[in-house]
Amino acid sequence: MIYRETGQFKTTYASDQQLFPILQDRVFVIAFLVFAFVGVPLFASEYFFRAILTPFLILALAALGLNILVGYCGQLSLGTGGFMAVGAYAAYNLAVRLPDLNLLVVFVLAGLCSTAVGALFGIPSLRIKGFYLAVTTLAAQFFIDWMFARIGWFTNNSSSGSVSAPPLVVFGHLIQGPVEKYLFVLAIVSVFALLAKNLTRGAIGRSWMATRDMDVAAEVIGIRPLHAKLTAFAVSSFYVGLAGALWAFIYLGSWEPLAFDVNRSFELLFMVIIGGLGSILGSFLGAAFIVILPLALNQLPTALGIPLSTATISEIELMVFGALIVFFLIAEPRGLARLWSIGKEKLRLWPFPH
Amino acid sequence: MNATSRNLTIAFFALLAVGAVSPMMLGVARFPQWLEIVIGGLMTGVLYSLVALGLVLIFKASGVFNFAQGAMVLFAALSLVRLMEKMPFALALVLVLGIMIALAWLVERLVLRPLVNQEGIVLFMATLGVAYFLDGFGQLVWGSDVYTLDVGMPKEPKIIFEKTFEGGILVSTEDLVAALIAALLVAALAIFFQKTATGRALRAVADDHQAAQSIGIPLNRIWVIVWSVAGLVALVAGIVWGSKLGVQFSLQQVALKALPVVILGGFTSIPGAIIGGLLIGLGEKLSEVYLGPSFGGGIENWFAYVLALVFLLFRPEGLFGERHIDRV
Repeated sequence: MIYRETGQFKTTYASDQQLFPILQDRVFVIAFLVFAFVGVPLFASEYFFRAILTPFLILALAALGLNILVGYCGQLSLGTGGFMAVGAYAAYNLAVRLPDLNLLVVFVLAGLCSTAVGALFGIPSLRIKGFYLAVTTLAAQFFIDWMFARIGWFTNNSSSGSVSAPPLVVFGHLIQGPVEKYLFVLAIVSVFALLAKNLTRGAIGRSWMATRDMDVAAEVIGIRPLHAKLTAFAVSSFYVGLAGALWAFIYLGSWEPLAFDVNRSFELLFMVIIGGLGSILGSFLGAAFIVILPLALNQLPTALGIPLSTATISEIELMVFGALIVFFLIAEPRGLARLWSIGKEKLRLWPFPH
Repeated sequence: MNATSRNLTIAFFALLAVGAVSPMMLGVARFPQWLEIVIGGLMTGVLYSLVALGLVLIFKASGVFNFAQGAMVLFAALSLVRLMEKMPFALALVLVLGIMIALAWLVERLVLRPLVNQEGIVLFMATLGVAYFLDGFGQLVWGSDVYTLDVGMPKEPKIIFEKTFEGGILVSTEDLVAALIAALLVAALAIFFQKTATGRALRAVADDHQAAQSIGIPLNRIWVIVWSVAGLVALVAGIVWGSKLGVQFSLQQVALKALPVVILGGFTSIPGAIIGGLLIGLGEKLSEVYLGPSFGGGIENWFAYVLALVFLLFRPEGLFGERHIDRV
């Protein structure tokens, strides 16, 4: 009744091609953004910002990057953690070695470093396909892990192997406190999510999707596989690297290579699968799910009054995680984003389903 | 295989051989040490092959890239070590085998059957879920400490070729026994696959699911059988690895090394898994000893993956993998 496009006529090409063709969608998105920027900081507690919102946003950005590669271009990657590490350490080195550089420039340059590394490890994808490629991306993961742990230059020869981010100063303003950090991350994530949405519906995104659906057919209709695959690796690595830099600088503060190990790669892959392959919204839903699930599992036994040791909880967490993944794949292989769009379809007909 | 591809493969192996043999140029005196490293590398390679074998079996029969093989190795070893505390070895072994078969049945029932006809990536993700579940479940039931598994494998190292070289060559008897077990297992599997009716049905399913089904082979039962066999292989690998390194969570990491092994050998080939394992084991040890110092050490962690990656650039379907032809 409320949500339908009846009476909304498109009279120009621009209005036909806009991001959200339905008025209610536009209103909802704008209201949601206003709520995220203004409403949330008014109400939410400090813990909420530090433990849920900030990590959720950063991981959603990383999942978005991975989704471009896996969901849109069909190239399975298990090296995401490694590319995040590249972004984090590139940002660290830039910030420490060139202290005059603007922090935003540092983050973008860090993303570009990750882009270069990602494109390099993407080159084999031109010859290697499917699971073979997935395993070769593990090479990137383990090599990068080793590189940052063993080569002293990257960590500025820190003796413990762990490094700390310098103070976060943007345009002369020091970012401190959970709320400011949240707003900073939110602004960056919003901009890049919008960018990704537009990239994926443009020519480049279509060439990715054609490659994903059938690479030989795509080649036959004139899409260059080299170009499509390498740009997917490059764009994806940029997002992942940027997310890595944010994760290190804003969420962790000080970190060591272990923060970006192979488990991080799997976690991001879960987000993408559970959220929905080939969907921008799905990346956010998946990230929210994976960030909130462990917290909920931790709270649940205490809430029910069953005392459990932390070891037991972490083991149960693994089990629930595994079972949920299998359950999701069986129930809805196209993820939470699919459930969302089914809901929207239902809403269009409601309350007169004919 | 076309000519370029073959030439490139030959070139790759020539390079590999030169790399492996070149340390010998350092002098005849170093030869025993070099041989020791080669033998050690090959032995480790045999163990990688054991895990890789399970992966290949499942991939051949059901097209599932089973990420849970490492978790199965850990789970089997954990179950065995904890059951052995309460009962004799033989009984525990039979019981664990029963557990692995039950696991295979459950996986088929709860995971594979509902996901039939899904894409490869979905099935792969499902096995990731199974792996996580098994990790949590195994540690919850059996505990998460480090356990020593003693099944009476000889521990003391042995010195061979004492006459030929000064000082002889040090070989671990444990590794020798492990290699022997692996060889026996492979032989048994080969007989099972080639000579029995079930084995023939398994090969038929591996070739073409639909064709196999149309001539009356029950797919579901075949999957249970193949996962059970993979469970058996996991158990053997768990015993061998467990008595070498102790039964602990890090067995998982070792099992991850089976991935470059299978892609090097080719997903669909049992000989590929074995030769791939030997190559990776050998390459890893030699590179650690001769190249490691100039890189700062610890290159064992990624060398196998990079070796596999470089090799795949020359032959994208691995050593013995089936070449697939794309049709539009």
